[in-house]
Amino acid sequence: MTAAQQSPATSNPTHPLNVIVATDCGSTTTKAILIEKVGNEYRQTYRGEAPTTVEAPFEDVTRGVLNAIAEIEELSGRTILDGDRIITPNQAAQGDPKRGVDIYVSTSSAGGGLQMMVTGVVQNMTGESAQRAALGAGAIVIDVLASNDGRLPYEKIERIRTMRPDMILMSGGTDGGAVTHVVEMAEYIAAAEPRPRFGSTYRLPLVYAGNKDAQPQVNKILGEKTALEFADNIRPVLERENLAPARNKIHDLFLEHVMQQAPGYKKLIEMADAPIMPTPAAVGVIMETIAKREGINLIGVDIGGATTDVFSVFGGLFNRTVSANLGMSYSISNVLAEAGLDNIMRWVPFTIDEQTLRNRIKNKMVRPTTIPQSLDELQIEHAIAREALRLALIHHKSLATGLKGVQQERTISDVFEQRTSGKTLIDLLKLDLIVGSGGILSHAPRRIQSMLMMVDAYEPLGVTTLSVDSIFMMPHLGVLSTVNEQAATDVFVRDCMVYLGTCIAPIGQGKDGERCADYEVALPDGHIEKGTLAFGDLKLFSLTREQHATVTLQPSKQVDLGEGPGQSFTRTVTGGVVGLMLDGRGRPLQLPTEQAARVAMLTRWYNAVGLYPKGS
Amino acid sequence: MAHSYTPGLTVTERTTVRRRRILPLPGSVLVQVGDAVRADTAVARAELPGKVVPLNLANQLGIAPDEINDYLVKKEKDSVQKDDVLAENKPFIKWFKTEIRSPITGKVESVSTITGQILLREPPRVLELRGYIDGVVAEVHPEQGVTVESTCSLVQGIFGIGGETSGELVMGVKAPDQPLLPEQLNASMKGKVVVGGAFLSAATMARAKELGIVGLVVGGIHDKDLRALLGYDLGVAITGTEQVGFTLILTEGFGTIPMAPKTFALLSAHAGQKASISGATQIRAGVIRPEIIIPHSGPAAATKVAQTEREGIQLGDPVRVIRDPLFGKIGAVSGLPSELRAIPTESEVRVLEVRFPDGTTTVVPRANIEVIEGA
Repeated sequence: MTAAQQSPATSNPTHPLNVIVATDCGSTTTKAILIEKVGNEYRQTYRGEAPTTVEAPFEDVTRGVLNAIAEIEELSGRTILDGDRIITPNQAAQGDPKRGVDIYVSTSSAGGGLQMMVTGVVQNMTGESAQRAALGAGAIVIDVLASNDGRLPYEKIERIRTMRPDMILMSGGTDGGAVTHVVEMAEYIAAAEPRPRFGSTYRLPLVYAGNKDAQPQVNKILGEKTALEFADNIRPVLERENLAPARNKIHDLFLEHVMQQAPGYKKLIEMADAPIMPTPAAVGVIMETIAKREGINLIGVDIGGATTDVFSVFGGLFNRTVSANLGMSYSISNVLAEAGLDNIMRWVPFTIDEQTLRNRIKNKMVRPTTIPQSLDELQIEHAIAREALRLALIHHKSLATGLKGVQQERTISDVFEQRTSGKTLIDLLKLDLIVGSGGILSHAPRRIQSMLMMVDAYEPLGVTTLSVDSIFMMPHLGVLSTVNEQAATDVFVRDCMVYLGTCIAPIGQGKDGERCADYEVALPDGHIEKGTLAFGDLKLFSLTREQHATVTLQPSKQVDLGEGPGQSFTRTVTGGVVGLMLDGRGRPLQLPTEQAARVAMLTRWYNAVGLYPKGS
Repeated sequence: MAHSYTPGLTVTERTTVRRRRILPLPGSVLVQVGDAVRADTAVARAELPGKVVPLNLANQLGIAPDEINDYLVKKEKDSVQKDDVLAENKPFIKWFKTEIRSPITGKVESVSTITGQILLREPPRVLELRGYIDGVVAEVHPEQGVTVESTCSLVQGIFGIGGETSGELVMGVKAPDQPLLPEQLNASMKGKVVVGGAFLSAATMARAKELGIVGLVVGGIHDKDLRALLGYDLGVAITGTEQVGFTLILTEGFGTIPMAPKTFALLSAHAGQKASISGATQIRAGVIRPEIIIPHSGPAAATKVAQTEREGIQLGDPVRVIRDPLFGKIGAVSGLPSELRAIPTESEVRVLEVRFPDGTTTVVPRANIEVIEGA
């Protein structure tokens, strides 16, 4: 998906881009950043934020945008606004470089983002393809209906009626195949007379991207009841997925219909000099760009208050999922419900009774904007974040898969291997980079806290680099990259990405204290650190992003670093603000079940890397 | 953030509230601007479309989908009674005759020659929308509903479950720090809204349900009791549709937390009066708080109360600490330092100083206090 494929709201500006203002209208906060060209490169210079104003009493998203930009004006001394208008272009040519900006771009997830319902014929084939298409377009999928989803027809109709999506994506059938099932689904949708979430006067946008032979019938059934648009089949043949046309159509309809209904968006679209993108779609663009530019596999995560988005690019294939109810404030209680108390408690380095913990989590849910004041509260939030991250990745793995239902060629060598189709694409051993974003990761008091949260949640294998988004500006850069790739790349490299460091984690398990591997780390100053990494050890070496170290590990017989059990391993790695971490805790990571032993183990790990202030 | 502050909960003796009463789909409005309405007055009515029942006639008759029109007895838009014949085949031998009968009373919505399916729809269900509060119709939204306005006392809670109801306000305890015990509830409280103090247990909730109490208002409860009441662990604070036998409103939070004295005093002053309450909570952007509305009657009720808009936190403002370790404590703002301060987590945040009634002061992150709003 690229912006070039979208229908632009306005034409690209012809003047040079030296000053850029970008906003992201989130569900609670609108964040604005200012980017300025300093010498030959673009830098992010100021940042402002204000509450989002989609809801009553303001019901105009642009109020929050103007407030956030006004904060930038205060901080930077630059005049950007003339009443309710953004001054463009910058007035440097008129001798007033501190007046105006050259371009304004924005993303949005306000008002709950883009909520979609998708339909398919076979749940784990066209149903999943439709889900992937919608997720990739930045939507939250509120339900997947399929002919074989186990629900009775009247239950499906009731479900369609009670949900109030912003848009429906219909898929089903391969081109030239049977039309009956997909037409049947169209009949259910027509009978349910679905109504859009915002506004009662316009017809619900519906993208049909199923068997093209059924288009005339679908048009007959739904043409008058919905704002129907056709896109190429997302599964033209069983063996191939074709998601881009449906995604682009979703973006067009998002701008043309959905955004027009949300309060103040007409004004916002007019204010912006490039099409408004759904926030997750913009983050997806950035993730794809990094993976492509560096030729790497990556996982990106944006853990917010209400939802956690996971993005991955493996072997060039992009996937995104959103775990709609895993988050650190509004949805914090749901993390407890889904993960269970024991899974959260296993990361807490002290004892606390269940009732107190449960009450504290619920109190955070009802007062989501509060922040941990004491260290134990911070540690509890970090424990919950680990579980939210872990669960969101499990969800992602289940959807980021190869195509299901595809016939596979088997050779004699496959006789003993019962591989099924639809295997997950996420291979942690092939993972090069984890990018973290969202308040709990971006604003952790110590960067090592972000690093260890992600390592504990994802349990990366072998060598993996970790980074965080410094102040949550990936959405801004995502939409900016569709207008000016250089500006987005400059800011991304210099101001957005904070490289935390590299984690090296051998695969295998052993008793606490047993030898896991012998290591030799040749540090940039010529010094060589040698020693034994025992099971249960965490070792941290100071190494910056600009520095290189050569690491040699000789694992014990049953331990693997990707080269095979017991095989020696040498790799040159870079560091980051945290450094180089050797993780000898074993994979899969196991924690003692007995409480005192668990607390002792956690305390040892946390002290080894200086996770929290001493004496905690 | 220059423009924001932590919005608090309103607890006020006198205010004017406007509540939009909107139908889920277009219908007819039954009242006019200026009409006096009561909580149980029907203000608007709509017909909810009936359930749809699909039947695959082609499969049941063993024919091709495009042939079904030849077999239909009832056509599109025809009314049908339960057990009416919808379609039948015409065999040479009567013995082999198959009749497909309607499982419902309603009408034939559509017939598809592609899928061989017939869709039947049950008759519409009438939905009447109530006034919810005693007041005056301030605005009519044609075909959609009305806005009812009332001069009242208003208490906003932090969290609730259950929908709208109304009943006489009764004090179950004598002081805001007392728990509401099962033995304090009795049969005379049936149909009423009972106010507790710091806490109520699962046993009290069970007793309230047994007695037919319509509403409970209390400082706090334990999360485990909420889970037991609902039968599941509530993940997201979006509530209002639960049916647990009563509407529950927490004024402070989870745990044993004395009700704010101002809230308790206000509710006590109105004991014996009728209150409209709603447990609906939505803690997202566009927050919905549970509420207790006690409409004022008499001529004074007609005078509107000017709504003041808060500019930000100011010295002397009454505040509630809303995060551990001082969760639930109530005091007044005694200092507003502008610079960032490091807190024990090592985060540098904006803080304020709170003076408690015993004269002690403490420094709290601004994000962790809530202004107690309302004059």
